[in-house]
Amino acid sequence: MTARDLAGWAAALATLAALALAPVYLDAYGLGLMIGIAGYVTLATAWALFSGPTRYVSLATVAFFGIGAYTVAVLSETLPYPLVLLVAALIGLVVALVVGLSTLRLAGVYFVIFTFGLAELIRQLVTWYEVNVTGTLGRYIFLDLGSEDIYWQLLALGATTILLAWWIGRSRIGLALRVIGDDEVVAAHCGIDIARVKLALFAASAVIITLVGAIQAPRWTYVEPAIVFNPTISFLTLIMALLGGANRLWGPLLGAVPLFLLFEWLSANFPNHYSIILGLLFIAIVFVLPKGIVAFAEKQWKGKSAEAAP
Amino acid sequence: MLVTAILTGLVLGGTYALVAMGLTLQYGIARIMNLAFGDTIVTASFLAFALYSGAGINPVVGLAIAVPAGFAFGYVVYSLMMRPLVARAKDKASLEIDSILATFGLLFVIQGTLFVIFGANYTSYTYLNVPVTILGTNIAANRLLAFALAVLIGGGLYLALTRTRWGTALRAVGVSPAAASLVGIDVNRQARFAFALGSALAAAGGVAISMYQTFTAASGVVFTMKALIVVIMGGVGNVLGALSAGLILGLVETFVATYLDPGLTLAATYLIFLAILLWRPSGLFGRASR
Repeated sequence: MTARDLAGWAAALATLAALALAPVYLDAYGLGLMIGIAGYVTLATAWALFSGPTRYVSLATVAFFGIGAYTVAVLSETLPYPLVLLVAALIGLVVALVVGLSTLRLAGVYFVIFTFGLAELIRQLVTWYEVNVTGTLGRYIFLDLGSEDIYWQLLALGATTILLAWWIGRSRIGLALRVIGDDEVVAAHCGIDIARVKLALFAASAVIITLVGAIQAPRWTYVEPAIVFNPTISFLTLIMALLGGANRLWGPLLGAVPLFLLFEWLSANFPNHYSIILGLLFIAIVFVLPKGIVAFAEKQWKGKSAEAAP
Repeated sequence: MLVTAILTGLVLGGTYALVAMGLTLQYGIARIMNLAFGDTIVTASFLAFALYSGAGINPVVGLAIAVPAGFAFGYVVYSLMMRPLVARAKDKASLEIDSILATFGLLFVIQGTLFVIFGANYTSYTYLNVPVTILGTNIAANRLLAFALAVLIGGGLYLALTRTRWGTALRAVGVSPAAASLVGIDVNRQARFAFALGSALAAAGGVAISMYQTFTAASGVVFTMKALIVVIMGGVGNVLGALSAGLILGLVETFVATYLDPGLTLAATYLIFLAILLWRPSGLFGRASR
């Protein structure tokens, strides 16, 4: 490990420690914002973990997020909390495997279509089950967890996700993913088991997203399918990851922080129009910054330095 | 009960077939995966509702307004949004990703606009809600009218696509854009036209649906999903396949709603989709290639 790597690690750890101490110096509103940011940074990074290198656009973020949140709502009174998180993660994993096994062998568009309606399907199934079998639509979550507990859990999950993304980027599986993203035929000829690599990544990404939902659930106290399966969550995650750049480690984070703050401001000031504004913003990003700000900045910087040193 | 289920299923299937035909034109010929397709449908439903309850214009006349409006909308969306994406796309896959993302944004713009204008409530209006007796069962006249319109528009367009020189040129672009331009077909123009035509069909379907179903500003996702599943079931770009698959889906949904539970129709749709993916990904009527 060189001195530069060491400095990098030290800086990362110091930032993490400073962030972990946020509940000490922030008021309740500030901490609420930090929870939101930590949640979306994790969601966007987890989304980019799979969709960045493979270029398979997943529109099912809220399906997994909602599974996590709803599992906590159903089980929080019968099981101890760590076990509830484990069960939520397992359910997320099983759903991801079903989706992945049936679509990832095929062309990307089938995956997109399947994920597009998945949240709506699960929302309708849960609603149907609650209305017809248990007879209760809407549940209360009474967990003895303060805002700072939720924040620390999300921070830990977020740090783990970024670490995982960093590790994957350096490992053999990351190299395999980049080959798949560039050209699947070449990847297959190199002896990469395409379907398996994609499935593993999709499952990992889905489990993390499920956990974000599960950890954030106690913030609501009252939960019903229409709240936890809100499609805006999928949309926001996607636009954050794309703005920052899904192919860069820090891209989703750099996209998530400003967009989350913008979204908070928009939903406070334009509660009825924010989805129109976000939609237009999203279209603009697709047109102007198709590879994200990080890649754009790199290109500008390289262009400048090439001019400076002829 | 069985006859009623079959009849309502055919009516619903007729509408599905109509809108799926529109989507297969957009995806099969213009090569644009349009996730805002269902929102075009719902917008037309709201237009028909506003015309009928606001100005007393009946939905059949409303159709004459909605279809050209849908065509114009598709034309503008293709020229402004899709054309630049087509121009910059390196290959089919990157165009697919770009169009998915751009239309996903468009979905939220349209949905947000509908929310602002019409609110989030379930909307419907009563038009021609008189029972007609067919084969011993009663069925509402508005459903029969919707079915007749679907048969008329869908059948007419099918004949135009298969029997005329104009339709052959359009289908040639669907088969191979490169080869089509070699024989002197303006691919860009045909693609724009196909996309606009697809939007017009979506508008027609939206007006038809509004005559007999309730809808909300958030219904677009489900309509897009169903149309996509019908298109895949029929084989992408296969007009006859979309027509038959639409009828099948309508029948299955009605049977599930009648004999199991109306809350499970989307689950049934997904089950069909899953079966198609595992068994015949190129569609029930598609060729075995991809």
